Parts: sequence; structure tokens; C-alpha cells
Amino acid sequence: MQPIAQPGMQPVATTFFFYFLSGLTLVSGVLVITRKNPVHSALALIFGLLAQAGLYLMLYAPFVAGVQIILYAGGIMVLFLFVIMLVNLERSRKEEQFNKQWLVGLVAAVALGALFVVVYVKGKNLFPNHIAQPIENSNTQQIGVMLYGQYMFAFEIASLLLLVAIIGAVVMAKKRI
Amino acid sequence: MTEHTLTDLKTPDRKTDDPTRFLSHLELDQPDKTFLDSNELVINMGPQHPATHGVLRVILKLDGEKVLGTECVIGYLHRGVEKIAENRTYTMFNPYVDRMDYVAAVSNGLGYCEAVEKLLNIEAPPRAKYIRVILTELNRLASHQLWLGTHALDIGAMTPLFYTFRDREEILKIFEKYCGARLTTHAFRIGGCQYETYEGFERDVIKFLDFVPPKIDEYEELLTTNRIWLERTKNVGVISRADAIALGVTGPVLRASGVKWDLRKAQPYAAYSDFDFEIPIGANGDTYDRYTVRMEEMRQSLRIIRQAVERIPEGPIMAKVPKVMKPPVGEIYHSIEAPKGELGYFIVSDGSTQPYRVRVRPPSFVNLQALDIMVRGALVADVIAVIGTLDIVLGEVDR
Amino acid sequence: MLDYVTSYLSSNTTPGQAGNVFWALVYIMVVFGGVSVAVMAMNWLERKALAHFQIRLGPMRVGPHGLLQPIADAIKLMTKEDIIPAEADKFVFWIAPLIILCASFAVYIVVPFGPTHAITDLNIGILFMLGVSSLSVLGIVMAGWASNSHYPLIGALRSSAQMVSYEVAMGMAVVSAILMTSLHGLGAYGVGVGTSGTGTLSMIGIVQAQQEQHVWFLFKFFPLGFIAFGIFAIAMVAETNRAPFDLPEAESELTAGFHTEYSGLRWSLFMLGEYAAMIAVSSIAVTLWLGGWFRPFPNTLTGDTWDLVFSLFPGLTFLALAAFAFVGVARMPKHPYFRVQTIGLAGFGAVLALIGLLLFAPPVRDRIQDIYWFVAKVGGFMYLYIWYRATFPRYRFDQLMRVGWKVLLPIGIGVLILTAVLGVVL
Repeated sequence: MQPIAQPGMQPVATTFFFYFLSGLTLVSGVLVITRKNPVHSALALIFGLLAQAGLYLMLYAPFVAGVQIILYAGGIMVLFLFVIMLVNLERSRKEEQFNKQWLVGLVAAVALGALFVVVYVKGKNLFPNHIAQPIENSNTQQIGVMLYGQYMFAFEIASLLLLVAIIGAVVMAKKRI
Repeated sequence: MTEHTLTDLKTPDRKTDDPTRFLSHLELDQPDKTFLDSNELVINMGPQHPATHGVLRVILKLDGEKVLGTECVIGYLHRGVEKIAENRTYTMFNPYVDRMDYVAAVSNGLGYCEAVEKLLNIEAPPRAKYIRVILTELNRLASHQLWLGTHALDIGAMTPLFYTFRDREEILKIFEKYCGARLTTHAFRIGGCQYETYEGFERDVIKFLDFVPPKIDEYEELLTTNRIWLERTKNVGVISRADAIALGVTGPVLRASGVKWDLRKAQPYAAYSDFDFEIPIGANGDTYDRYTVRMEEMRQSLRIIRQAVERIPEGPIMAKVPKVMKPPVGEIYHSIEAPKGELGYFIVSDGSTQPYRVRVRPPSFVNLQALDIMVRGALVADVIAVIGTLDIVLGEVDR
Repeated sequence: MLDYVTSYLSSNTTPGQAGNVFWALVYIMVVFGGVSVAVMAMNWLERKALAHFQIRLGPMRVGPHGLLQPIADAIKLMTKEDIIPAEADKFVFWIAPLIILCASFAVYIVVPFGPTHAITDLNIGILFMLGVSSLSVLGIVMAGWASNSHYPLIGALRSSAQMVSYEVAMGMAVVSAILMTSLHGLGAYGVGVGTSGTGTLSMIGIVQAQQEQHVWFLFKFFPLGFIAFGIFAIAMVAETNRAPFDLPEAESELTAGFHTEYSGLRWSLFMLGEYAAMIAVSSIAVTLWLGGWFRPFPNTLTGDTWDLVFSLFPGLTFLALAAFAFVGVARMPKHPYFRVQTIGLAGFGAVLALIGLLLFAPPVRDRIQDIYWFVAKVGGFMYLYIWYRATFPRYRFDQLMRVGWKVLLPIGIGVLILTAVLGVVL
């Protein structure tokens, strides 16, 4: 989506969509952990993942956005839902939602977040200065070239790992080989 | 697919053969096995179900998707026909007989009339026998066509149902012109036939004989070489030759397992010994073989009808039957080859006008016992295919 | 303001790429309205065509030859009581049909009805379509679970397992077609350099690649393109849970399907989503293998006369439909009870004839070409769907999964490898 200079069109849309999508992600994240019903949590996670795909689009990475929708929202979340539905839910609904030590956990999370912020502010100059490159039209091609050229070895290892995982799952699930 | 087979063919011996062989799936010898030890599921295919061909209740014990055992609960259509027979005269009971296998009603009437004729020691005249053969074979064709339509519908092919019912209409029209009814025909009387063939009967039958073979080819074209049909029916519901004989299964189910036994040739009745026809048999005893056996039987029926219609003799259609029928004291068992199997009538007479006992041996009732053996180890979707291929009619099973 | 609206009319890109929100909204309205009307027409066509296959007539009473039957069905479904099972999860029960509906309709954003007649042309077009249509699996799983009943849950799990399995085979076939977009040669076994050979994932780009290579990808590297198309054609029928892969929703089986507990308007949303998904995956097939919006033989039968001949087809189609309507009018019984139906059918025929004549006008003729050929090809696929349903028995579930994983997937991978090899070698 190449931005064309329309009077008053572009800046509003970009910031609006950014706040909308990131807000959706944050709200979904909070809903995932606070819902008692596991299926509601999964549903919130789906919305969060779709919002994240939108954020990828805004970073001019359409291929990653498409793959996020296909794999995460359309594949992994289906898997999550299968497992949730096949497992006995009654017990989990009666369990306590939050641990008794939630105060300690909250203090630790806030401390970690503050640490991250301090590190980023202090060491801003160390981070490489990358602006998102709006060369969207060849995004897929560039990813393909890099993946099969430079990172070929890592790619093959990752696919081998997935193959091992599949075989392991089949072996564990079958009653007789 | 079957786990129990006899190693040699012999008559059942009460001392050595174990009747609980057929009950092993109920695990009567392991009373401590609890529900938690297995992931078995008991599902009920209720009396109302689109695919049970009537009010049949089948309780399935499943392991995931595989069937471990079945139990059929019948009796939802029990009307006490055999008890009614004890309070009716022999002639009055004739219409009741059609209502048992309501799909192939003419055969029921034929069996009953011939049984009573045997009891009275009279024989129907030759013309009546030929008329009986023609109508019975037309009836066999109609029954097989209905079977094909509903069986294909259960497996998912919607269209053959409409084709077979359209062609069955022609047969029902002939019945209607002959005796006034399409389904429960009450076509025959004890001693022969009441109605003479109507004007144009032979012409109608010959026109039908020319009309139907391309239609049967049409059904075959849709199904016989269809990859999906083959996968749904081959090696599904296999019953071995020995098991079929041991359970008493008769009809196309027995013939598909390789046993060349047809009562029309083995113990000829009505005029069957005059005609030349073949008995199709199958090799494997699976659903596909039962399908091919019934399709071939349809064609052989056409052959018999053609010979009968060409050679039908002139003469009386009713033998000398006393007005008040009092058969001598005695009992008789007479069976015929109905479309579904061996249909037998066991009549006990005590010398009065009403029978002392009429016991009907329905082919579907005995064939239904084979359901358990056939679906052990198969999947749930196969249970429906096997019920369809056994060709049961609940009116006959429950009476 | 006005030139904001009219400035788009002179551009030759899709509204999405021109950044024109107004025209994008107009296109969205038109496409979604068109799809809804197409779903209703498909409902009527299915009942009539299925009936004619089964030597009966189908709906004949509600309008002339049942033409108003879909409207009657819609009214019936909307006025039915909305039953929610007792222990069901109300939120998930409500949202499941919406997810399926949104997923099925969101695909139409990138469907190309013409070189500029799409709502937008994402440069990951085909990836987007595959991804969004895989979201409908989520809706099915949630629908089965929310019904709080044993049989819909099993039916939903089976349906979704089937859909996910056949998505893999679909993906293989699609990748084979995408590979073909990056080839240089012309013709079926393109040798040498004739085109720019830039591979693309965008839907409009794929169709234009077919045009540049002077061949439908159906015939490219024959029989590889054909086999890939065959795999996709079978997988798309399984993807939309249609016969012969409709065991999870068949009535004569034990598990009655994921939409058992839904009644009235909610069930009609499922049906809407299913038909929309059928049209969407058919659009993918048409775009990838059948040359999209191009008329038959755009490169071999060129020239003004051939262009003229082919441009007459839309008008002729509508005139033929009008002729059928008038034949129906002539065959109506001449009884007073049928007077309203006869008038209705004659009016319908007149409207069709008028549209046909309108489509002969030169300015309309040029614009409507692309849309007509695209819709005609998708319509062919719709008829195939109905034909399959009338003819084939149903696959058993394990046989279904076996076909998806052990037959279609290996053949798909083989076609992919061979296509890649041929693409490099030739």
C-alpha cells in the first residue's frame, strides 16, 4: 500500500492503526491470562495474533504477516483448540485463577520491565539505526533469497527439527507401530 | 475382519462347539475389568435413525472409532402376527402375511399358500404356478431395486434411489392392474390364484422386460466401477463361508460368501424346475460381492420371467379347494427363496379351521444375527453400510 | 471532493493501490452484495440441478420454477426461534458463525475480476487468501464445542481435521502454480526467453503472468499443470466439506455435524459462509490455472474481429437465459392458478433480455468482458460441485484422510519438484 499524498489522509491513518492494533494486542494479552474459560483465552489469543499480523503489515513485511495468519492463527491456534476441547475442562474451571504469590510476581515483572526500559534508554546509541524499508513489492523475493541462500543451513536444520517432532508425535500417539 | 472361524465344516455338535464363541466380546470371564481400564464408548443408534431401515436399535460398543461389538434390540414393530394366526382361519390369515416383509409382499403370500396347500395335500394348477412365478420374480426385482436405492443412499450416493424407484413404479403398476394393490398385494389364494391375468398382462410384462435391462446397466454404470463405491464396499462386512452356514444366514448374503445354495434349485417349488437360470455367487463375502450377487439376480429374474411369459399354459387357475378348510392333523414346514433369503412357514394343524401354530422363519431375523460378526473391527461408518447390505426389513424381523 | 471521487476513474489501478477509500468502499459493497446474491442463486441452482439429476423437478411453487425459493428460505430462517442449548457457552456460540462468515468474506478483497476490478491487489495475494480461508477452521471447532453436546463436538473435530489436512495438499498445488509465474518461456513448454519472468504472489500478477506466457497454467508443462489443478480441484471440494467429502455433516451417519444445534439465522450464516467459501476457492482455482479474466484464446485468436466475437458472449448468454425463460412461459399450464407465475416468469425473461441487450452496447461491452469471463469460469466450478454431490457416494472418514495425506500430498510434492526441475532446465 504505497502512501499517496492525499490531503490529510496519511498521518492519521497510520497512527490510528498503530494505536488500534497495538491496543488490541495488549488487551488480548491481558484477556488471555485473566479469562477463566480456556476457550475464551484461546479466542483472545487469536485476536491478538491477528492484530500482530496487522502490525507486521505496518512494518512493511507482508510476507511475515501472511505467514503469521496461516501458521499461527490458522494452524497453531487450531491445535490449541483441539487440545482444549479434548481435555477435561471441568477441573480447570474450578481452579484458582491466580497464584497466592501474585504480589511477588507483580513486583518481579515490574522490576524486569523497568530494567528493560533503563537498558534501552541508556544504550540507545548502541542499537543499529534501522528504519523500516518500504520496499514492499519485493519483500517475499528478498526473504526467499536470504532464506535459501545465506541461511540455508539453518533452514534445513529447522525443517529437520520439525520432522523429528512430527515423527515423535506419531510414535507417541500410535498404539502399535 | 472376522476373528472366529470354524476350521472345518460340520454340523454343530452341542458337546464340542462353544456357543459362547459368539459372546466373547462381552468379556463374561473378566468381571473385574472396569470402565476406567479402557476408552470404550457405548453408543446407541436409536430406533429412529435415517439409516436403520425401520425401527431397529443397535447398541454399539466402540473403542475410539472401531466397533468392538454390537447388540441389536428389536421388537419395536412386533404386532403379534403369529398369535393372530391362531385365531383366524387359514384363508383369513392370508392377507396378514403380506404385512411382514412389506417390501416383497408377494413372496410372503406364495410361501404361505404353498405351505397350506402342502398341508391340504393339493396342488395348484400349472397356469396358476406360472402366474405365481412371474409375479414372484417381478417382486424379487422390485425388492432388489428398493434395496439398491436405500443402500446407495446410506453410503452417500443420492441419485440411484430416484432411478430405482422410478423403475420400480412399472412393476407396481403391473401389480395394481393385476390385483388392485401395489404394496401389500394379497395376490395368491390357497389352491391357486383368484384373479385371472388381465387383458394385456403378457404384453405389459414383455414391455417391462425390454424396458428394464438398460436401467440396470444405468445403476451399474453409476456404482460398480466407482472408486469411492469400491472403497466403501470392498472388504467391508466380510462373513466367511463357514460362519454364514453356522449362523443360518441365507439368501444373497450366503451366496456372496461362496455357497451355491438357492431353494429355487435345491428344493424347487411353484414352477421353477421348468426354467433355466443361474445362481450367482460371490467370492469374498464382502459388501461388494453382495452387491454384485443381487445385481446379477435381478438379471436372472428377468430371464425367468421371459421364459415364463412365453410358455404360460392355458387352464384353470384354482384347484379344487374345500369351502371350509380343515387340514388333517399334522405339521409342515415349507420354505421358499424370498428376495431376502429363506422364508419358511411352519404350520401345525390340529384338524380345525384355525391353525394351532404358525411359525414364520423370516430371513431378515436370522441374517441380522450376522451383523455382529460382520462389523467387529470395522468403523462406525461401516455399520451403516453393513445394515444396508444385509437387506433387512423390520416388519419381517419383528413380525 | 468531487475530483477526489472522479480522479480514480481515470486511473488504471485497483482502489486499494490508488489509496482511494471511497472507491474501495464502493467496490466492497458491490463485491459483497454480488457474493450474497450469488449465494442465493447457488442455493436455487443446487436444488434445481440436484433435482433434475434425480429425475424430479425441485422447487416449482414458490416463484415460477422456484426462483423465489431462496427468498422464502431466507425469510423462514430469519423468523425461526433462536434456540441456544442450555449449558452452551453463549459468547462462543454467538461468535463461531461470525468467524466463519468473516473469514469466508474477507477473501474477496483480493479476488481479481479484472485487471483493475479488484478491491485491492495485495502483493501477497494468494498467501492472504489461503491464510484467511484457513481461519474458518477455527469457527468450525468453536461451533462444535459451544454446542455442549457430544455429537457436534466429534463432527466439528472431524471437519476441522479434514480441512486442515487438505489445506496442506492445496498449498502444494498452489506453490506449483506460483513457481510457474517466474518462468521466462512462452507456451506450454516455454523454451527460451520471452517474458520478464518475475515471480509474484499477487493475484492480478498471476493472471498477467499467464497472459505474458501465452498459456493457461492448466496446460503449462503438460501434464504437470493439469495434475496440480486436479489436486487443487479435489482438495478444494474437501476443504469446503462438500460431497464426496461430507461425512462429518451427513445425516445418515452417527455424528450429525457441527451445526446441529444451530437453528434459524445462525444456521443460515453457516450456509452463507460455506457457499461463499466455495466460490472463493473456485476463484483461486480459476485465477491460478484457468487464466482468470481472460477470454479463451487471447493470444492465438487475436485481432479486432475475434475480439468482437468474444465480446458478444455476455449479451448472448443473457439472451439465451431469457430464451429459456420464455420457453418456460410457453410450457406453463394454461390454468388460471398459474397466471401469476406465468406473468412473473415472463417478466423475469424480459428483464434478462433487457440486460442482454444492454450488454451489447459497445461501452458496456468492453468493460464487462473481464468480469463476465471470470464469473463464467467460476460458475462452471459451481456446477461441478453440484454434479459431484449428485453422483458420488461418500468417503469414509479414514479413507478421506488417507486420500488427503497419502495420495494427494505425495503427488503434490512430486508435481512441485518436477515443475521446479522443468522450470530450471527449460
